[in-house]
Amino acid sequence: MSEQPIDRYRRRLLGGAVAAGTLTLAPGVFLHRIAEAKTDAEPVTSIVRWGLLVDTGKCSDCTACVDACREEHGWHGHDRPRSDAQWIRKVELRDRSTGRRVSLPMMCQHCAEPPCVDVCPTGASFKRADGIVLVDKHICIGCRYCMMACPYKARSFVHEDLTDQKPHSPRGKGTVESCTLCVHRVDAGQQPACVEACAQDGGGALLFGDLNDPRSAIHQALATFPSTQVRADLGLDLGVRYRGL
Amino acid sequence: MRTRFLEVDTSKGYLLLLGLLGALLAAGLGAAWIMEHHGHHVTGMDNQIVWGLPHVFAVFLIVAASGALNVASIGSVFGKMPYKPLARLSGLLAIALLAGGLMILVLDLGRPDRLIVAMTTYNFKSIFAWNIFLYNGFFLIVAAYLWTLMDRTVSEHAGRVGLFAFVWRLILTTGTGSIFGFLIAREAYDAAIMAPLFIALSLVYGKAIFILVATGLFRGTGRELDTSLLSRLRVLLGTFIAAALLLTAAQHLTNLYAAEHLAAEMLILRDGGSITQAFWIGQILLGSLLPMWLLLNPAFRGNCGALLAACVLVILGGLATMYVTIIGGQSVPLELFPGMEISSSFFDGEVIHYAPSLPELGLGLGGGALALLVVLVGVRVLPFLPDALPSSAAADD
Repeated sequence: MSEQPIDRYRRRLLGGAVAAGTLTLAPGVFLHRIAEAKTDAEPVTSIVRWGLLVDTGKCSDCTACVDACREEHGWHGHDRPRSDAQWIRKVELRDRSTGRRVSLPMMCQHCAEPPCVDVCPTGASFKRADGIVLVDKHICIGCRYCMMACPYKARSFVHEDLTDQKPHSPRGKGTVESCTLCVHRVDAGQQPACVEACAQDGGGALLFGDLNDPRSAIHQALATFPSTQVRADLGLDLGVRYRGL
Repeated sequence: MRTRFLEVDTSKGYLLLLGLLGALLAAGLGAAWIMEHHGHHVTGMDNQIVWGLPHVFAVFLIVAASGALNVASIGSVFGKMPYKPLARLSGLLAIALLAGGLMILVLDLGRPDRLIVAMTTYNFKSIFAWNIFLYNGFFLIVAAYLWTLMDRTVSEHAGRVGLFAFVWRLILTTGTGSIFGFLIAREAYDAAIMAPLFIALSLVYGKAIFILVATGLFRGTGRELDTSLLSRLRVLLGTFIAAALLLTAAQHLTNLYAAEHLAAEMLILRDGGSITQAFWIGQILLGSLLPMWLLLNPAFRGNCGALLAACVLVILGGLATMYVTIIGGQSVPLELFPGMEISSSFFDGEVIHYAPSLPELGLGLGGGALALLVVLVGVRVLPFLPDALPSSAAADD
């Protein structure tokens, strides 16, 4: 059956309408994300609690998240594995009884009750109202008590001189550092570098969002599927959760 | 008979010792400079063993400091008159040991230049922050105590200030032990017993160092010393060692009983190589059982050599104990996923072997040298030492 001119006209009209609609709405959606981002003058609030869900079923042997973090924050080492910093690392697990293997990224778990913050004598280790645990490099005295206290080995001490630092992620020789959940990106309405890299080059195993927001994908995923907090027995209420453990 | 206190003379031996200790202190400061200049990668410490040999020395000296005050407390608080002539030296030694320990601790910081931050910015949930108050308070209170002991116009307050200093030192050692007791995720720590254990250890180390320093000063300056007074301390020291052993046994037996701590215990008690050796040979055999035998065996009563040997052994054993506690405790892998084997590029699941470096040893010995220097200079410039302690002064209990 040959196509009627009227159908062709209709299709063109619909196509045009969709294109026009997309062009009209897309910037709006994009700008809405930007609008959601916090301005510098705006205080961080506890209405949001940033969190990360790791789906170990989608996590392969790749190191896209680690590479992206290293690039984003510039924690390139000196080929001294024992003293080089690692803000995020891939951990391989093997169940002793069944032999089942799991690969997953391990980093600061952004506890609601962070032991590192409790033990820090100067308050350099602190938790933002939105749940991100950070180190104030200006008042860290380098005592390393937080490293003793962290159950996740998430923190590193800067053992030697630094070069080529990233302006958005300042580091300091003689101070302690760890995953910042890419706070500079989150405050600008973006995703952490590891999450972006995992979506692009990995298995899309990382889901970032507001744990407090019932509409957020992470909240809904946590409400739908079982998930685990590492060393949940410690009662630290972690911002990072794992699925498939 | 009234005890006379006199400053010591600057003999050739005194100057030689002063020079030696000064050189050791300079070496320690040099070591600290190397560590700060190049960064901590020149040490044996890393992101796995974050506290190393400097902390072994520092915690030992700080724990010993509070114990060294005990001789003064026996006189002032418990009313044993024969010890009163030694109270001044006891207070001086306590301050000196604390100064030595804190020097190490501060110079091992990643940013020692930020000491002022540590002194002005506090997080009161941190036992470290409390310890800064406890240490500074200890300096002030013991200084005030020494003042009441040395100035007759205020001597009426000696008893009260002495009691306050005694209570303060108990709290201080509780704080030091709690540094480890409050580490929730480390299998080898995270136990309330760390505080009383550290108090028992402080009584042991402080007393042993006191006996050695007092004997050295009296003999070195030609002062008469009735060794029967020091011998009275022998039973007390032996008893304190037994108390520390009992608490150590309770600590390890409790952990052995719990399956979750079994791996950590096995590492320290059986499989830890140098850690295990430090525990059984250093802490238990040389640091506890042998000195107890030397101190409590009636055959050695009145034998000054046996007493001094026991004190030296206690100090070596004390350093071994701190090594086992601090290095051994960190060597135990963190149990992130119970029941799973874990591996990573960050040494997860691996027993970490620590090899101390020369700068760390230098800094540790430098702190010890500072403590002895403070004592040496102290007894030269102020009348801390009795001119003699003949047997008549030590007659009554």
